[in-house]
Amino acid sequence: MSATVSLAAASGTPGFLSPTGVEILFLLVGLLTLGAAITAVTTRQLVHAALWLVVALGGIAVEYLLLSAEFIAWVQVLIYVGAVVVLLLFGLMLTRAPIGRSPDADSGNRPVALAVAVTAAAVLVTVVVDAFRTTWIDLEGGAPQGTTDVTGRILFQHWVLPFEALSVLLLAALVGAIVLSRRGNGRNGTDGDAGAAGTGHGTGAADGGER
Amino acid sequence: MDVLDVAWRLLAVLLAFLVLPLVVGQAEHKVMAHMQGRVGPMYAGGFHGWAQLVADGVKFAQKEDVVPADADRRVFQLAPAVALIPYLLVLIAIPVGPNGMVGQVIDAGIFFVLAVMGVGVLGSLMGGWASANKFSLLGGLRTAAQLMAYELPLLLAAASVAMAAGTLSLPGILEAFEWWWVPWQIIGALVFFTAGLAELQRPPFDAPIADSEIIFGAYTEYTGLRFALFLLAEYAGIVILCALTTVLFLGGWHGPFAADLGWLWTLLKTSVLAFVVIWLRVSYPRLREDQLQKLAWTVLVPLALFQIALTGVVKVVIQ
Repeated sequence: MSATVSLAAASGTPGFLSPTGVEILFLLVGLLTLGAAITAVTTRQLVHAALWLVVALGGIAVEYLLLSAEFIAWVQVLIYVGAVVVLLLFGLMLTRAPIGRSPDADSGNRPVALAVAVTAAAVLVTVVVDAFRTTWIDLEGGAPQGTTDVTGRILFQHWVLPFEALSVLLLAALVGAIVLSRRGNGRNGTDGDAGAAGTGHGTGAADGGER
Repeated sequence: MDVLDVAWRLLAVLLAFLVLPLVVGQAEHKVMAHMQGRVGPMYAGGFHGWAQLVADGVKFAQKEDVVPADADRRVFQLAPAVALIPYLLVLIAIPVGPNGMVGQVIDAGIFFVLAVMGVGVLGSLMGGWASANKFSLLGGLRTAAQLMAYELPLLLAAASVAMAAGTLSLPGILEAFEWWWVPWQIIGALVFFTAGLAELQRPPFDAPIADSEIIFGAYTEYTGLRFALFLLAEYAGIVILCALTTVLFLGGWHGPFAADLGWLWTLLKTSVLAFVVIWLRVSYPRLREDQLQKLAWTVLVPLALFQIALTGVVKVVIQ
């Protein structure tokens, strides 16, 4: 998907027929990211899928860097590669991570998933192309767009309300996770909390392999 | 001219990357030995066994590179590189002295350093999974659990310094540094150093490679050069952690005659911290896995949050 986006971005520039080095690099990294993403969802080897995901997420971080959004790029690496994928690998290794193919790990929802992915990609590409049709943003210019300073200012001046709303959402999710995991403990009969635990309907969710 | 400048900087970083971990390794040999009433290596190279690690390197290079039959070959072979290269990248961003003595000024330096350091742990995970060995898998699991627990206090402690300095750039933090930051940020410093030790899997946080329980954790099946690369990654990690603690909490190149001898101050503070790392290895018993998790979540995270609150309050008061 990002390759198409980058194509769209490139077509909006003045020099589409004579792209600069950065633009060529952007396209190549985009293709690599796309390839890694497709491999991640099509490979039959579970852990390989997670590792290809690392390549795809890292590729997106490189794209951010090329667009001079340095802060976002490092946050992408920190959160997705450093935390999410590690959590994913941890979960896989804790439950089932055979070396080699695992054909039973496939789901019958492939066509549906494909349809959803293609729809999402189409919508995103349409929106991005439509929004930035012929806009030319000079990344080399005087005011870099993606430095920490600029990002912080914009985030806490113009977007402070969505930012706070998101933080409340995350806090609610955190509290929910704690509640679910504590319920799981009570159900296993560790203490006299069983009465409260018995009322829970979502105990199955607490068995998600976190422990 | 510009290209030449960049090339020189990269060369200097590469040289530091090749030399400093070996110095720390040799120091560990000798310091551990003396603390345990031995003398350590004495023969290789003649003078107090200074060439012992070079000899070790030659030995590792001669060994056969074995890949277990059931292992996932490509992932197994890739893992040491994934473990080592992030530390090389991090070294680029660490300022050594004043007036631009840094490989590359990175705007969001703290984020870059912590993000890339976190990637290195993927190497252990890959090695642990791909070895097709239960001990390796257990080691990998412990590594992942440890990373997830200690990444948070590490980040929070670093964020406290960033708040104090008002910038995320490492040279920028040193520019803003004042001596009274050391007592002000001391809790953060302790949390950062402890969590960093845990992330490097150094004793007393070495449950992922606990040799008496799970052989050598994720590195059990590795031999020869690939094993040496994992060891090198550990020592490079010590250098990085100590240098980062120096830069963030101890004022980096600040000290008497900083304009001329700034780099010496950085090196000195880093080596003192590296000595402490070795000292801890000799003096503390290994923490059990549940103690490890408990320490991270019930001690380090609250302490780090307290430090952030303290930083915020002081920052508001002095403005």
